[in-house]
Amino acid sequence: MEFNQSLYRKRRSANAIGLTLSMASMALGLAVLLWILFVLLSNGLAAVDLNMFTQDTPAPGTEGGGLRNAIVGSLMMLGFTVLFSTPIGILAGIYLSEYGDTSKTAEVTRFVTDIMLSAPSIVLGLFVYAIAVATVGGFSGWAGTLALSLIAVPVIVRTTENMLRLVPGGLREAAFALGAPRWKVSTMVTLRAAKSGVMTGLLLAIARISGETAPLLFTALNNQFFNADMSKPMANLPVVIFQFAMSPYENWIRLAWAGALLITLAVLVLNILARVFFREKVAA
Amino acid sequence: MTVPDDAPAQTGNPQMISIARRQRLQDMFFHRVTQAFSLLVLVALLGIIVSLFINAWPAFQKFGLRFIWYVEWDIINEEFGAAIAIVGTLASAAIALLIAVPLAFGIALFLTETCPVWLRRPLGTAIELLAAVPSIIYGMFGLFVFAPLYADYFQVPVQKVMGGMPLIGFLFGGSTNGIGILAAGIVLAFMVLPFVAAVMRDVFEIVPPILRESAYGLGCTTWEVVRYVVLPYTQKGVIGGVMLGMGRALGETMAVTFVIGNANRMPTSLFSPGTSIASTLANEFGEAADFHISALFALGFLLFVITFVVLGLAKWMIVRAEKAKGI
Repeated sequence: MEFNQSLYRKRRSANAIGLTLSMASMALGLAVLLWILFVLLSNGLAAVDLNMFTQDTPAPGTEGGGLRNAIVGSLMMLGFTVLFSTPIGILAGIYLSEYGDTSKTAEVTRFVTDIMLSAPSIVLGLFVYAIAVATVGGFSGWAGTLALSLIAVPVIVRTTENMLRLVPGGLREAAFALGAPRWKVSTMVTLRAAKSGVMTGLLLAIARISGETAPLLFTALNNQFFNADMSKPMANLPVVIFQFAMSPYENWIRLAWAGALLITLAVLVLNILARVFFREKVAA
Repeated sequence: MTVPDDAPAQTGNPQMISIARRQRLQDMFFHRVTQAFSLLVLVALLGIIVSLFINAWPAFQKFGLRFIWYVEWDIINEEFGAAIAIVGTLASAAIALLIAVPLAFGIALFLTETCPVWLRRPLGTAIELLAAVPSIIYGMFGLFVFAPLYADYFQVPVQKVMGGMPLIGFLFGGSTNGIGILAAGIVLAFMVLPFVAAVMRDVFEIVPPILRESAYGLGCTTWEVVRYVVLPYTQKGVIGGVMLGMGRALGETMAVTFVIGNANRMPTSLFSPGTSIASTLANEFGEAADFHISALFALGFLLFVITFVVLGLAKWMIVRAEKAKGI
């Protein structure tokens, strides 16, 4: 049989080049992750001490200080965001998956949710500024919570819908055959079967919003002092990091690194937790 | 679906009929409540568009459509145009995609074809974790770590070699301080890379094994299998992933703000500082007043429209690709 050696060689070398480049890009991706983690750890660990959790953000030009007010503010806003956006997201997700196949509104909602998922977060901040800050109350923790909810809800809606769709139709049909009404099937059978998947979505939503800076810039603003009143401007880690990192003061920049380390670790832990949840579900 | 409601009714037992009636009411209620919550998302989107437009109206009224291509951002004399910020946004996003898409393709190829099976999960997780790192971290990393290295080891030598060339030399002019459009594009690239790579890997994995195996059976090399079988099969998903990355890159605030330089001048080279819509908003909104606020809202409105069009187009292309394949 005739065998075209030069063509064969050309194909082999194209293959080798392609695969080498692909391996190089994988190595580059990993290197960037490790590099970022290394920079965070080396700069952040040097700045972490007990004062970080017991003292508030320092005034310009003063020594020391910590991040207590920012950590508390971030946690409070995150907590309220989860409280508000979880029921909204899950109910909307149930509608899309259980009633959404035939209705036109569901189709439009799905499209809009997809767009909101990738909508620029700073624009959501502008929106909340326009409807909440400029009209009533001024900058407040509530405005920040509203802005974060606008980001969290689409994430929860989409993961809930996808997870409910994974539940086999036979399960629903069996419940219907027993005479269960639709709302009972949706909440007590389908939602329960998809529980860990929905939890995964929730954790991912928390991870997503805990590092969001842009929507908080002109909603929650910042507060140099300790404040647990949600109706007043509230310190929060991302905005503090942004301000401190851009500042000329050395202790501010150190605190910014410490805060950055704190946020990144929290986000990575949440992500890993979400993965563990989901894996348990697959195993079960 | 009507089975649970109708079956007892046929038996005619009054107690069962009343139960069925009650359940039907509850179901109606449940249906409407969940529908109302899903409509909330719709209302939010409409609210965003309307409220941005209302707040931007004074600026649009004064400058009209000219706002979009007017090259001026003068806060003191209240002369505003979006051209500088739009160019910065599009240029940094384009650079980011030019770098990130080939890299993401390489990563997806490696994870689905060449990678040993036991390494697939940890490496895939690593890429997903990279996607989870908050964007402000990329910004800090870009400013404090990347920018100095980039200035010394990329900008200076490249300017020496390329700066004097005809036609393309102007692209590499300007000061080499590590800040600028290209720096922002590179930092953005690393931010969107994991998003695009994760989507590509996911769609590469859904290619039926039999397609791959037949191609290998015909004697295709791994590269040829991916290039001529996997890629065409997953075209729509790949486009979707790229568009997703583009949406992110266009609207990203923090990663860009730290390194783009925040100068309200039209950038003249890849090294010159510029500004993007999002970073202008982040920098100026806090100190803005009156008409300036309106101009910033107009910028925000434009950004939202641009990303809306990009994402909508992505979905439309995906649907079309699906129809063409008859799946």
